[in-house]
Amino acid sequence: MTERLFEGADWDFHTLQRITDACEEVALQDLGLDVYPNQIEVITAEQMLDAYSSVGMPLFYKHWSFGKHFAFHEASYRKGLMGLAYEIVINSSPCISYLMEENTATMQTLVIAHAAFGHNHFFKNNYLFKQWTDADGILDYLDFAKNYVASCEERYGRIEVERTLDAAHALMSHGIDRYPGKKKLDLRAEEKRAGRRRQHEEEVFNDLWRTVPKGVAKSRSALSVERRRKLLGLPQENLLYFLEKSAPRLAPWQRELLRIVRHIAQYFYPQSQTKVMNEGTATYVHYRIMTKLHEQGRITDGNFLEFLGSHTNVVFQPEFDDPRFSGFNPYALGFAMMQDIERIVTRPEDEDREWFPDIAGKNDVMGVLRDVWANYRDESFVGQFLSPKLMRHFRMFHLHDDPEERAGIRVDAIHDERGFRRVRRELARQHDVGYIDANIEVVDVDLSGDRRLILHHHVIKGSQLNETDAKRVLQHLADLWTYDVALIEVDANDKVLREYVVSPRPITAAA
Amino acid sequence: MAIHIIDRRLNPGGKSLENRQRFLRRAKSLVQGAVKKTSQERDIKDVLEGGEVTIPLDGMHEPRFRREGGTRDMVLPGNKKFVEGDYLQRSGQGSAKDSGPGEGDSEDAFRFVLSRDEFVDLFLDDLELPDLAKRKIAQTESEGIQRAGYTTSGSPANISVSRTVQLALARRIALRRPRKSEIEELEAEIAACTDEEVRVELLDKLAKLKAKSKRIPFIDPLDIRYRRFETVPRPVAQAVMFCLMDVSGSMSEHMKDLAKRFYMLLYVFLKRRYKHVEIVFIRHTDRAEEVDEQTFFYGPASGGTLVSSALQAMHEIVRERFNPADWNIYAAQASDGDNSYSDGELTGLLLTDKILPVCQFFAYLEVGESGGSAFDLSDSSLWTLYERLRSSGAPLSMRKVSERSEIFPVFHDLFQRRETSQEKAAP
Repeated sequence: MTERLFEGADWDFHTLQRITDACEEVALQDLGLDVYPNQIEVITAEQMLDAYSSVGMPLFYKHWSFGKHFAFHEASYRKGLMGLAYEIVINSSPCISYLMEENTATMQTLVIAHAAFGHNHFFKNNYLFKQWTDADGILDYLDFAKNYVASCEERYGRIEVERTLDAAHALMSHGIDRYPGKKKLDLRAEEKRAGRRRQHEEEVFNDLWRTVPKGVAKSRSALSVERRRKLLGLPQENLLYFLEKSAPRLAPWQRELLRIVRHIAQYFYPQSQTKVMNEGTATYVHYRIMTKLHEQGRITDGNFLEFLGSHTNVVFQPEFDDPRFSGFNPYALGFAMMQDIERIVTRPEDEDREWFPDIAGKNDVMGVLRDVWANYRDESFVGQFLSPKLMRHFRMFHLHDDPEERAGIRVDAIHDERGFRRVRRELARQHDVGYIDANIEVVDVDLSGDRRLILHHHVIKGSQLNETDAKRVLQHLADLWTYDVALIEVDANDKVLREYVVSPRPITAAA
Repeated sequence: MAIHIIDRRLNPGGKSLENRQRFLRRAKSLVQGAVKKTSQERDIKDVLEGGEVTIPLDGMHEPRFRREGGTRDMVLPGNKKFVEGDYLQRSGQGSAKDSGPGEGDSEDAFRFVLSRDEFVDLFLDDLELPDLAKRKIAQTESEGIQRAGYTTSGSPANISVSRTVQLALARRIALRRPRKSEIEELEAEIAACTDEEVRVELLDKLAKLKAKSKRIPFIDPLDIRYRRFETVPRPVAQAVMFCLMDVSGSMSEHMKDLAKRFYMLLYVFLKRRYKHVEIVFIRHTDRAEEVDEQTFFYGPASGGTLVSSALQAMHEIVRERFNPADWNIYAAQASDGDNSYSDGELTGLLLTDKILPVCQFFAYLEVGESGGSAFDLSDSSLWTLYERLRSSGAPLSMRKVSERSEIFPVFHDLFQRRETSQEKAAP
């Protein structure tokens, strides 16, 4: 019997060290995980709230909206409406996990197994994170962003900077490249580039150029529509990228701010696509590690029961008619699917052999799971690995709500032989960000006329934009573009459903 | 693999303070409105204790492109009895439409907690004492001495030891003065040394070191620094506020509550905004007495009404302690407006001859019963009297209050920053 890691609920830093070593042993040897170096930081509740308000990042530029979130979280935390997370983990190298100081020793073990090994492995290996994020550079880049925003505030005034950031934040969800093709982001180089560009501008500044007479401008009307669109890189769905490159009257520092917001949005893009998988992986890993530690006798039965208590809370899935229901719990679904894959790999039934011929009975659980973790995102993961057994277990059913239908909401499919594939397809679709976010792109600019920017929203299934919000976002967009902006909502048959036109607000003198 | 475990708990807190201030600055008008609304509902004592305020989320909304409506598909867990092709009734008549395109969601309120300081600052923003004109340069010797760096000369009492030692240390290091431990080590080496030749060499070295340490003093007069002070003359506007409150029997509990609320605001406002404002509390029934704040706000009293007694008391205090040539004098009076008939003339005389000529500003607050029906009747005796004085051009402001909720607007109205007085205002 091996030595116990700790007794009771108390822990100190040596305990944390022992716990981490023990978890690491299981994670690397038994589960074959591949992780970034770990950095574990113990923080207080207030610091946890701090982290909440800046989307979990340890440092961030200053903006009022973070203050708003902090005030909001703090108020609900104080009233006991909201518990705080046990941990926050950052996709960076080294991988930083924040642990709350009031966790018991068992909870710290759980959290270390969950975050420092589960999430960490996922961050390092999943293709989306590999493609879109630069774990080595993110912290330096955030530091650069923070200083850059601060220096802009000094040079150009807080109000001006705030206006630009407000606008950029409003467009953040549409500041993402969805398809790779451009080279991978290197945030460190990004930071150097910004500095060099500024330096270059200062070096080559010569006031004489201003006095050189301008020749007759080339006639732009000669540009064909095709050529024009090509020059501007249209159609373009990354609105922030488009503004950064093509908005006619932005100052260089404003373009840099848009770039910063865009990079940060891009950094978080994979997370929104992998909630189920990410949490599923981490939960599965902590479950395996904790079970192993218990088997080895390194944690007591009592501690293990305490762990099971919290674990069960985390993976609890209320049913649809339960007042606590608020959609699928990514922990519950993710964990159940990981365990189900384990079952299919080790103890398949006939049904599983039919549905999952590639993995059924393969017996190498971790090999299969590691492959899944590396190569799927929520949508494809659910679409491929949700088994009939699990659909029966959750008693899933598919509702189709057509407002035109007088009779009510139709039950389109249930967990039966006829319905399995349809239920699974719909659930996968629910986890597809491409399907959730509005599909908006810049289609044209009236260069020869009033420079109006024209956007299209491709309406899917009659779901249009919320009017008040859309107008406000467009206002921000128009302010950045500095000419009129038109948004046209078109359905699949190119029928125009609604048209917004917004003019920019006059720029008040810098305060 | 190296694992770093770091204790961040000791890091300075308040990392989000700046963001919070930005947020408050941005939401200022909203928060201010909320603060005023909140303060109406509270008990006097905790009006200014800070606390939770609710502001409409709308003003601080961060818009995003959001989709809504249309055909919806969803997969849910927990099917119990449905089979394919069933129809479910929509809950509520046409709820899908009502909850849809939402002006509704913009009314959502956003609650958060303000600290006491934040609360009071917002509460008292844009208020000031009107016409703070008479300024007197107080004795500059006692006023405004401030630190102003270091100097090489000064009185021994002002030697800055830390700075002196710091400079001495720097000089000793720069000139390579041998340390005591170095000499001791050398001495020990000599004592242990057996080889004569080496010994001579070492002794020579020791002599050199000793000479050097004698040449380079431990503390040189050059190192000595003195703390320097500067006297700064500061113009001080001196002001005194007289709070006159009627506590006679005719004042109901409600009226007293209103009056006390008013003075509480005044008190906090003055304490917070003006360093040099004296406050004199006078309460009166048929006779007046000067009391401390504790008694003024919380002490019970009852009796008949003679307003002139309070004015008389104020007049005497002014004569004794506050020379009108040096002081800005303010007064705020709260009463239900009842005065004994015989006292009217005396009150008028005192006001016109003694009080108003020395006052920068005189505020009169008439408190009434809740519901305000009393005001529909004829004006009270005091009101009629003051109205007459005001129309003849006296610096008098009068307001009527019958509900708690009116207190702050009236207060705000009385002490609002006015454009004309802005240039004159004291810092």
